[in-house]
Amino acid sequence: MRQLKFKPKSRIREFVGEKLISVNAYAALIVTLLIFIFVFKEAIPIFTDSIIQEEAAPDKMVFKQQFYEGREAKWSWQPTSDVPKYSLMPLFIGTLKAAIIAMLFAVPLGVGAAIYSSEFAPKRLREIIKPAIEMLAAIPSVVLGFFALMILATFLQNVLGLTFRLNALNAGIALGLAVIPIVFTIAEDAMTSVPRALRDAATALGANTWQVSLTTVLPAAIPGIAAGIVLGFGRAVGETMIVLMASGNAAIVSASFLDSVRTFSATIAAELAEVVFGGTHYTVLFFIGSLLFVFTFLINLTGDFFLVRLKEKMQGRTT
Amino acid sequence: MYNEMSDLSVRVAKTDISSDAAEKLQYKIIVEQLDFFYGDIQALFDISMNIEQNRVTALIGPSGCGKSTFIRTLNRMNETIPGTRMEGKVLLDGCDIYQDFDDPSQIRTRVGMVFQKSNPFPKSVFENVAYGLRVNGIKDRNLIAEVVEESLKRAALWDEVKDKLDNSAFTFSGGQQQRLCIARALAIRPEVILMDEPASALDPISTAKIEDLIGELRQHYTIVIVTHNMQQAARVSDHTAFFYEGKLIEDGPTKEIFTRPKKKKTEDYITGRFG
Amino acid sequence: MKILQPTLPVGPVRVIDSLDFKPKSTGMIPRGLTLAAVLIILAMLAIIMGNIFIGGVGTISWEFLTHPPEQGMKAGGIFPAIFGTVALVILMVIAVIPVGVFTAIYLHEYTNPKSRVTRLIRVAINNLAGVPSIVFGLFGLGFFIGFVGGGLDAVFFPDDGPVWGQPAIIWAALTLALLTLPVVIVSTEEALRTIPTELKEASYALGGTKLQTIWRIIIPQGLPGILTGSILAISRGAGEVAPIMFTGAAYYLPYLPAKLNDQFMELGYHIYVMATQSPDVEATKPILYGTVLVLLALTFALNSVAILIRSRVRKKRANV
Repeated sequence: MRQLKFKPKSRIREFVGEKLISVNAYAALIVTLLIFIFVFKEAIPIFTDSIIQEEAAPDKMVFKQQFYEGREAKWSWQPTSDVPKYSLMPLFIGTLKAAIIAMLFAVPLGVGAAIYSSEFAPKRLREIIKPAIEMLAAIPSVVLGFFALMILATFLQNVLGLTFRLNALNAGIALGLAVIPIVFTIAEDAMTSVPRALRDAATALGANTWQVSLTTVLPAAIPGIAAGIVLGFGRAVGETMIVLMASGNAAIVSASFLDSVRTFSATIAAELAEVVFGGTHYTVLFFIGSLLFVFTFLINLTGDFFLVRLKEKMQGRTT
Repeated sequence: MYNEMSDLSVRVAKTDISSDAAEKLQYKIIVEQLDFFYGDIQALFDISMNIEQNRVTALIGPSGCGKSTFIRTLNRMNETIPGTRMEGKVLLDGCDIYQDFDDPSQIRTRVGMVFQKSNPFPKSVFENVAYGLRVNGIKDRNLIAEVVEESLKRAALWDEVKDKLDNSAFTFSGGQQQRLCIARALAIRPEVILMDEPASALDPISTAKIEDLIGELRQHYTIVIVTHNMQQAARVSDHTAFFYEGKLIEDGPTKEIFTRPKKKKTEDYITGRFG
Repeated sequence: MKILQPTLPVGPVRVIDSLDFKPKSTGMIPRGLTLAAVLIILAMLAIIMGNIFIGGVGTISWEFLTHPPEQGMKAGGIFPAIFGTVALVILMVIAVIPVGVFTAIYLHEYTNPKSRVTRLIRVAINNLAGVPSIVFGLFGLGFFIGFVGGGLDAVFFPDDGPVWGQPAIIWAALTLALLTLPVVIVSTEEALRTIPTELKEASYALGGTKLQTIWRIIIPQGLPGILTGSILAISRGAGEVAPIMFTGAAYYLPYLPAKLNDQFMELGYHIYVMATQSPDVEATKPILYGTVLVLLALTFALNSVAILIRSRVRKKRANV
């Protein structure tokens, strides 16, 4: 028999290989830090630069300002006017209005559809629902924005007899279409991951199908549903193209959901191209970006928290 | 539900029974020619068996012999698994549980079940026991509290949990959780209790407690217990049935099965020659 | 109404009194309400797709797909936008796949899932997935164009105008690569989880090193998942507009991008511009609808392929 000669293995190659692989893993970590650094860096002058602070100090962005003598103080976002006005309040209210409508629209539909798909749907129907919602998730937001701008807005205006074609309601519903898949997917996952033993326990106690679903599965899946709603809200606040196209982009301070709104994200998208690099307007837009970043960061942490709770609950480690 | 249809079928069942009455009447559950299928795979073959009232019936046999599948046909639990099919009859007090009830959950309030692995809900002790009452439309708070206490006492758990009724069920030990599941099953006041290897995941002390409990409960309930621990079957049961490869090989009084089995297969199993 | 009670005088009388259980409703209300939610969603989806299909299908022709726009977008085709989109996602994929796949391998094969670093990386990835796309746009502008591009210019082209420190297809592609990184990582990890431990152990038992096992067993086995991730990333990248608005997309260009620092036209941005900034909306409407249909068809085709591959992988896993 011929003898086999095994080559010794290169330790260096193993070492370099592992390092090359690990470098990539740290990339994700570093990128998150870099985003943080580079977006925040451009926003810092708001706190440090006295020239910029004259127009856009943090207090001026939050509280009502008297811009012209003799007129009453108010919140106003008019960065390109002769007297630039950088109050964030109109944008905050606009963002909130669009997001609230989106949630009012998306949560009942998303959670309802998740319950139906996980608990009641015959297998055939379930195999239609899930890909259909994946398709909804795959529609680019610019297409949803286009739909809201061209079709939904006209429809709502005709049905409700509205003055403004583009408004918070229109943008909110279109945003809701983008939020539904998030809420649905996470809620459905949570419900289908409820252990069979728990369903069996309820069934054996004389609960019928829908009682098992609503009294056992749903309560057990609540943290998952909460995570879906929280992450959906994050998307509603951060989404850009839909609101940019469908909301009318007027920075109005009002309580009406039928007024046009301007959101944080749409403001960045609409104005960044025209600003002076490093000027006040530029700095404020990056400040808004930083706010969005911090907000979504908190949202994600909250969502993660709920998902961890869900996992613990499913494994029976709740106290 | 007591609609006209089931009313009629009950009467039919009555006349059915009276034909060869006397012999069958002492039986709580009568199984006739039961076949069971998971998709195309047949799991149970032509099983006919009588289960006596207020006795403990043990089902023994090697794993995969169909004893768990069989016990789950007695409260229609198998219906929750898609793609399964059964033929034959299961009579509870003479009523065919598959034909005479349009809502399977009615059967399950009369035939309770305890599972192999304790499966408390992620709720408090109290809510676990109250669950069956609530889903069956009991709203009276005092009554619920009363029944919860009574059930926990019957399950010999009351003294250990009476001050911790609001604690999550998961804060208790495995044995306590399993007794909680028994209390939960007792709360709906079933007539029959099915136990699917209730002690297999427990330590010897907890197992002994469960076995004592079964001894207590036999006075009031008809109990069917699946076990692959033959000593356990010998200790707790009055009647034993031996299953092998989906067939009921032999059943009879526990003493006889363990001392004078009639079939060769039973003897081999009892004496530990296989399984 | 009452519950069926034993109908025959059988055996000894029950010791315990029976409780007065109420009959149950059949659950038509929860069933009906949740079904309604499903139907509303399906109807909205059908309306969106139907509308776009009907509005756009008349415009689609060979000429439309292969010719540049004419007469200020009122006539001609969308070829530069298609070309730009394809070039963009190809560059993006080249950047994102190695990083995403190696990150997933590192997380799954090298680290203890409970270690602090692993958890930190996971938090970072989750967080990256939730950052609004417009913030990626800001980052691309600040980091790639301002810092990297500006830096290159300062070092290599100090005397010329901006060469790299300006919006360009490479910066847009890199920005999108960051945005789609979580998609690739998640999808690859899912595939890695399906690889049976026995297979890896077999490789080790035959004297394979970790790196050899990764290269010869894990990556080939995980290929369908990696493919799924890439396709989903492409689909996502092809549809995003906010991150590329400031980093390279152009409203109209008379030429196709040929160098990494050229600007480019892109389908999504083209739609946005035509829908919101066209002086004559009615005249551009057919082209607008046609462009939307092309973009939608592209994303759906990509997603369908991804779903198909994934469902086959999942089936395989179920059989293992």
